[in-house]
Amino acid sequence: MNKYTITLFVVLVIYWFILSGYFDHTVLLVSGAISVLIVVGLAARMKILDDETAPYLHVKSIWYFAWLFKEIIKANVAVVKAVLSPDMEISPSVFYVKMKHDTDLGRTVFANSVTLTPGTISVRMYGGQMMVHSLLEELTDIAGFQDMGIRAGKAMGDKMTFEHQDVKPSRATKKKLKK
Amino acid sequence: MSVDLLQLLVSSGLVISGIFFVLAGTIGVLRLPDFYTLMHAAGMTDTLGAELLILGLMVQSGFTQTSLKLLLVAFLLFLTSPTASHAVANAADHAGLKPLLGKYRAPSLEELKKSREVKR
Repeated sequence: MNKYTITLFVVLVIYWFILSGYFDHTVLLVSGAISVLIVVGLAARMKILDDETAPYLHVKSIWYFAWLFKEIIKANVAVVKAVLSPDMEISPSVFYVKMKHDTDLGRTVFANSVTLTPGTISVRMYGGQMMVHSLLEELTDIAGFQDMGIRAGKAMGDKMTFEHQDVKPSRATKKKLKK
Repeated sequence: MSVDLLQLLVSSGLVISGIFFVLAGTIGVLRLPDFYTLMHAAGMTDTLGAELLILGLMVQSGFTQTSLKLLLVAFLLFLTSPTASHAVANAADHAGLKPLLGKYRAPSLEELKKSREVKR
């Protein structure tokens, strides 16, 4: 009985109520409770109850998503302007952002945030670096992305102690890049 | 102004702006030159366009079970659409597709006509 069990249980109960909408049918409520307990029991028996299946988020992390939504709208307006203008002046570029996240959850949330912001896509990761493809020059703001990474890590309860290593791309990838 | 009218106005405004973003994303998919740049336009359709549409539908249905279900759909889309974008971009990178870099300008009408005449 750890916090992941409780998180999964609460999430499944809320999910059942949203999808069914019954509050006063005893038979249905009991069968819903039984099915939730079976799922939690099976997950515990399979030992897959960890950070990946039931990510435990702090309530404060909602502020991060509010801030992210504001950033998404700002970047969206820039991309729409560039795409709809007759000349369509774009300058695609590739740059690298360093990450200090310890947990997979922090990294995933950061990479997903970068992809959610229009005009930038996270393409690849190696050795604490993330390769980002950007559409416009004004969105190529490495310091801004590092700030976003720190915010994402803080919101996910990451301690951010991962030492950055200069891992060079392997020979196979180098060959591919040369082609 | 009654509450119903306000609800209708807000929801239709949200739906119309969502449709605008989806339309802009579609035009972007048709106009942009390169696979990686095209992914940006496709991702834009997924994020703000779809979210605004769902938000508009939520306002229209009010505080009911339907709006909670729509919230679930919005949450699922918020998590899965960047994952799918990243997976496609990562697969292209893994296959060795090199991105188009540097400045790019769309060809004007005269340039397009000239290139067609040369082909003939």
